[in-house]
Amino acid sequence: MGPLLEIRDLHVEYKTHDGTVYAVNGVDLSLGRGETLGLVGETGAGKTTTALSILRLLPDRIGQIRSGKILLDGADITAMSEPQMREIRGNRVSMIFQDPMTSLNPILPVGRQIEEALLLHTQLSKEDRAKRVDEMLTAVGLQASRKDEYPHQFSGGMKQRIVIAIALACNPELLLADEPTTALDVTIQAQVLQMMNELKKQFDTSMLLITHDLGVVAQTCDKVAIMYGGHIVESGTVQDIYEAREHHPYTTGLFRSIPEMNRDSDRLAPIPGLMPDPMLRQEGCSFHDRCPHCMERCRREKPDSRAVSPTHSIACFRHERKDR
Amino acid sequence: MKKTAGNAPKRRGQFASICYRFSRNRMAMLGLAVFLAVVFFAATAPMFADYEADAVKQNVYAKFFSPGQERHILGTDMYGRDLFARIIFGARLSLLISLSTVGASLVLGCLIGSLCAYYGGWLDTVTMRIVDIFLALPMTLMAVTVVAALGTSTTNLIISLTISMVPPFVRIVRSAVLQVKGSDYIEAAVAYGSRDMRIILTHVLPNAIGPIIVQATLNLASVLLSVAALGFIGLGVPSPQPEWGTMLAESKAQMRYYPWQVIIPGAAIAVTVLSINLIGDGLRDALDPKLKNG
Amino acid sequence: MLKYISRRVLILIPVLLGVSFLVFAILAMMPADVAAVQLGVSATPEGIEKWNEEHGLNDPFLKRYFDYMGGLLTGDPGVSWSSNTPIKTEFVQRIPSTMALTAGTIVLVILLGVPVGVISAIRQYSIFDNISRLLAMLLTSLPAFWLGLLLMLKFALELDVLPATGGGSFAHYILPWITLSTAMAAQMIRMTRSTMLEVIRADYVQTARAKGARPVRVVMVHELRNALLPIITVVGIILGQTLGGAIVTETIFALPGVGTYLLQGIFKYDMPVVMISVLFIAAVIGVINLLIDILYMYIDPRLRSQFVKG
Repeated sequence: MGPLLEIRDLHVEYKTHDGTVYAVNGVDLSLGRGETLGLVGETGAGKTTTALSILRLLPDRIGQIRSGKILLDGADITAMSEPQMREIRGNRVSMIFQDPMTSLNPILPVGRQIEEALLLHTQLSKEDRAKRVDEMLTAVGLQASRKDEYPHQFSGGMKQRIVIAIALACNPELLLADEPTTALDVTIQAQVLQMMNELKKQFDTSMLLITHDLGVVAQTCDKVAIMYGGHIVESGTVQDIYEAREHHPYTTGLFRSIPEMNRDSDRLAPIPGLMPDPMLRQEGCSFHDRCPHCMERCRREKPDSRAVSPTHSIACFRHERKDR
Repeated sequence: MKKTAGNAPKRRGQFASICYRFSRNRMAMLGLAVFLAVVFFAATAPMFADYEADAVKQNVYAKFFSPGQERHILGTDMYGRDLFARIIFGARLSLLISLSTVGASLVLGCLIGSLCAYYGGWLDTVTMRIVDIFLALPMTLMAVTVVAALGTSTTNLIISLTISMVPPFVRIVRSAVLQVKGSDYIEAAVAYGSRDMRIILTHVLPNAIGPIIVQATLNLASVLLSVAALGFIGLGVPSPQPEWGTMLAESKAQMRYYPWQVIIPGAAIAVTVLSINLIGDGLRDALDPKLKNG
Repeated sequence: MLKYISRRVLILIPVLLGVSFLVFAILAMMPADVAAVQLGVSATPEGIEKWNEEHGLNDPFLKRYFDYMGGLLTGDPGVSWSSNTPIKTEFVQRIPSTMALTAGTIVLVILLGVPVGVISAIRQYSIFDNISRLLAMLLTSLPAFWLGLLLMLKFALELDVLPATGGGSFAHYILPWITLSTAMAAQMIRMTRSTMLEVIRADYVQTARAKGARPVRVVMVHELRNALLPIITVVGIILGQTLGGAIVTETIFALPGVGTYLLQGIFKYDMPVVMISVLFIAAVIGVINLLIDILYMYIDPRLRSQFVKG
């Protein structure tokens, strides 16, 4: 059986008034059943765009998938019709958005917002739907009796639990979680993450977790993909990323810029420079002008992703030799 | 207006980019061109016609000329007065009245509004309750009431329109200033120990000015309409002065046989108001590109 | 709920009293020779003095105000200065016409403005959107009285399909409705469009789409209901403008409404007539805005719970 989700050479563009933004430039990803893949990168690297592409929810008329394939259980999502897509959204693939404060409809009771997903995708009777809503609320650690309350009556962490309940209501195969804990207090973050992890196992769901927090990745993910400037620059298992000796220079920089308790130096080492302008189509490696090891070739050619071990691959010319 | 943290935004760069965005808005530029043309005719009216001889003096031998007849570009009215002369002198009158109304209410509104917002407390509470009372009456009704009490004249018209225009301005300025006041750079100025008036004049007002200017422009259009409306119901500029609304009211009775008598002054009002509305819309978009086409 | 309503009523009452005081004070500035105007050519100094005494004009301002309000609150708006007849009967006859004009206008404004605005927002930058935006811009700038005259010229005088002036039948109101609602509908389109544009970009709409909801469902269940609050606010504002604009529209079409009654009062220096007309309009606006506030609470759970708990 093939992977649940496979993305091949995905290119996504935004056509805006000021020009074209090249948000995703050839992303390859693969996610097996029951696995959690962490998609890591700084703001603007194209993580959210990748997730939105999977649901085909890119902004109307502005965002478009230019080329590439997104295979869900072998079927290409990019070739599907809108009605087919609606069958997938919220049913086989669900998404959790970044800001729980704004992602619930303020004028509908939360129970009805969970029920809506069931109404759209199941043939359940009214009573069964109500039962399922209660189950879901309990599953995310809220009292079922609060289903008639409105979003503003819940705290941020509770709202995110409700959003998760909506996402899991139809037992999806794949959950896309776009920085689900970034907007929450640090103490709540851990709780919500732990709960998501448990629910994921309980519901046997695969998860694509988007984050810029390497700590979160270490806690929850099986595999990691590091994204930069619309490319996946390095991917591997959590062990590969955290423990292997070889890394993409960007990954190395990313780890150096995290404060750590037991490091000797008292200064952080931020990566110098800024991410390349996504409006310009760049030649060569997207990281070359910030890379401490930049070579002549890096300016001219785009490095392909090469496997440095069966599970670990890096898109950098410095690691090319190992291939042969 | 967004809340801006840290330093006060750079004025000049902002101004230049606003101008740039405005100049790229074709409809706004069209509005500006038309409005400037109206201003040009209003300013140079005496060069095209003589106020007394052409626009006011009655001439029984030249009644109801069609447009173009005997060198009267737009024809003449029922008293034989040249319509073109009346229209351009009318532009003068309308612009004078609406600009002074908006100017006066802008100054008063800024003053009262910023004092209320800055000092708060009982001053604010009392003023806002009074404003509530004023706002309970629609603008037209308020103006009509004041004209009813004072009698019809150009000055009274300006006074009545200003009275009805100040309260909404106070509200807008107050909320704009309150928003700016809450931002960090004002708190920084307070922390430096700047004096109150200095803070209001150099920090608060300049940063709150955007929405105020947009409002003033849009209000200019509605004041122009009100001037004409009051003229039309007989409470505006008294005859024989060539005010557009008054002209419409006068020629209403002959409308069936001489429709251009009604069409021309009305078109003058519509075109002028439209040009100002286009400018106002363009300004709003230029000031806040995110609210585009709001 | 009841608490909220009573609180709103408690705010409305002082505002309306304030309005009555304000209008009374403004009208008290009327030229001093009102009596001479009312008595006409036959006025003698003694006659003027007697008239002033009879109408309480020699009393101090505050006493006059309280006398007037005392009468008004017991249901008596006084006697007309110009015709010397009680105002109440005539005024009450004027109300239905103005109500018909206003109600019809509001209905037209909502029926035209909201759907066009919604479609315009959903299909942003489409041909429909561009045309409706341009039209809305043009129509907001049209002076209502001019549009009224042109409509009258075309449909009453030239084609002779509708009555030009007067009231009484449904047909009499068609042109006034169109006249008054055109500019307001244009405003409604613009406001509805911009609120909808904001709502469309809201995160919860994205959530609804991610659930797999159809576009129609997204619009009806999630977007429109959230856009309703600002739209209702605009209805309140438009209502004020409609009642203010009713004076002009009633004048054009010679409708026997409160607006023309008010105008007559002004031309005849008939202060009680002006007073009751202005107060009536202010009161109607106040009450409707109160109803709108209550409707708000019904729609917005955030407001509701604020008053259920606190």
